[in-house]
Amino acid sequence: MTDMASIHTALASARPQALAALLRYLRDLDAAEEAFQEASLRALKNWPQTGPPRDPAAWLILVGRNFALDEQRHHSKTEMLPPEELISDLGDAETEFVQRFDASHYRDDVLRLLFICCHPDLPTTQQIALALRVVSGLSVKEIARAFLIGESAMEQRITRAKRRIGAANVPFETPDGAERAERLAAVAAMIYLLFNEGYAASGGEAHIRVVLCEEAIRLARLLLRLFPSEPEIMGLTALLLLQHARAPARLDAHGGIVLMEDQDRGLWNHALIAEGLALLEKAARHNRPAPYQVQATIAAVHARAAQPQNTDWAEIDRHYAMLETLQPSPVVTLNRAVAVAKIRGPEAALAMIEPLEDRLSGYFNFFGVKGALLNQLGRAQEARVAFGRAIALANTAAEAAHIRLHLDRLM
Amino acid sequence: MRYAILCYDSETAIASWTKAEDDALIARLAAVERKLASEGKLGPNVRLMPTTTATTLRKAGESLVTDGPFAETKEQLLGFYVVECASLEDAIDTARLLAQAVTHGTGTYEIRPIATFDPGSFGP
Repeated sequence: MTDMASIHTALASARPQALAALLRYLRDLDAAEEAFQEASLRALKNWPQTGPPRDPAAWLILVGRNFALDEQRHHSKTEMLPPEELISDLGDAETEFVQRFDASHYRDDVLRLLFICCHPDLPTTQQIALALRVVSGLSVKEIARAFLIGESAMEQRITRAKRRIGAANVPFETPDGAERAERLAAVAAMIYLLFNEGYAASGGEAHIRVVLCEEAIRLARLLLRLFPSEPEIMGLTALLLLQHARAPARLDAHGGIVLMEDQDRGLWNHALIAEGLALLEKAARHNRPAPYQVQATIAAVHARAAQPQNTDWAEIDRHYAMLETLQPSPVVTLNRAVAVAKIRGPEAALAMIEPLEDRLSGYFNFFGVKGALLNQLGRAQEARVAFGRAIALANTAAEAAHIRLHLDRLM
Repeated sequence: MRYAILCYDSETAIASWTKAEDDALIARLAAVERKLASEGKLGPNVRLMPTTTATTLRKAGESLVTDGPFAETKEQLLGFYVVECASLEDAIDTARLLAQAVTHGTGTYEIRPIATFDPGSFGP
């Protein structure tokens, strides 16, 4: 028996591979999406009777490709057709050949599909929206809801993004090693941004947007299945799993922020933590530390501490020091200062972050941390000023409410 | 007779489930497990982490450690049950009960008689 829900699941899971292969054949994102759409409609019609095929992606690629080629024959007799070997109708032997051919391209196809979504010309919000629409197959409505903007505004954003990448001319040849590494890094960065957008929303009512976090994890796992021996992709996936594992404890019943040291660690998702730690252990064997791995290692130190007072802050400080050399940034130093405050006290931490103020003058967390350190030092008046700046810079209502709580305690 | 029931399915399909779908599946499997346990049929059972967490050691010549699962296949080994069944028919029926709890339409169950069984030394 094949119910509709299971067909929808099969279509959703086959989507990245099928769409990516269709993109290779058709070399046009809109045409590939249309072909995939048509193949999905035929699947919804046929599969309830026949049962799902053993390889849904291969089925969708074949049907989608044939549909697109028929369309081309109908609509543009004057236009040049693609080379014959790409359009011949397929006998059984050929079908098998094409399936093997598609399977051998699977990795680069999906990477290309992800990569065109993170073209450097696109602002990150467009990259993320495009990846959710094209790769994850979320509807415009779902994406609009996740970003808390209107459906037509999101539709426009995606259309604009597509127009840009259409003009950008991503090469369709099989990439060489350097090109592949470059694409991988760009895609990893996009997935990281997508996760962050869900982890601490940049605006709106909801402080955490679980859908975005879950999609990011899905894409990271997909990427890791394609590149199973890339330690930095293990690191990225581990980082997202370890961070997302805390989600059930990060907000209270009223949507208020609960700091890590106050969280009920029993609410953390221990299955996700275990998977993250396993990936991190694998990554470490490669001896190629890089930013995602180091960040995941820091998250792992927190995850391993059964109680907040068991946290090994000295180890966290060491990892942040390493991150500062791998990827220097004022935000990294700010985060390191939190560990330094625990080891060497608020005065040392404050001295570390004060030089950052110029560069982080628009950053909510900077003033949150600064206010907390000043408060610990008993400098209430200055703490109040810092907290006031933090509230003005808060991205979500939850962030503002959290700082107000600190202010109330100061009164 | 003891049998291993090895559960295979497409990991990509499973990765596309929502948490709610996954939780619902676990709840249905737990019900089957309770029934088997009450009949004295349920032995050790294991759900494996995704194949992305796997490491493979190949012993050809000098041993070689690689990342990822042993074989690249359409369906992956996701977990297994050890069950005590009166006959192969009974073991197939048991696998069928597990299969019925997994309602998304795909999946394969390999039923293999166990040659030797050592419960090992650690608890759950």
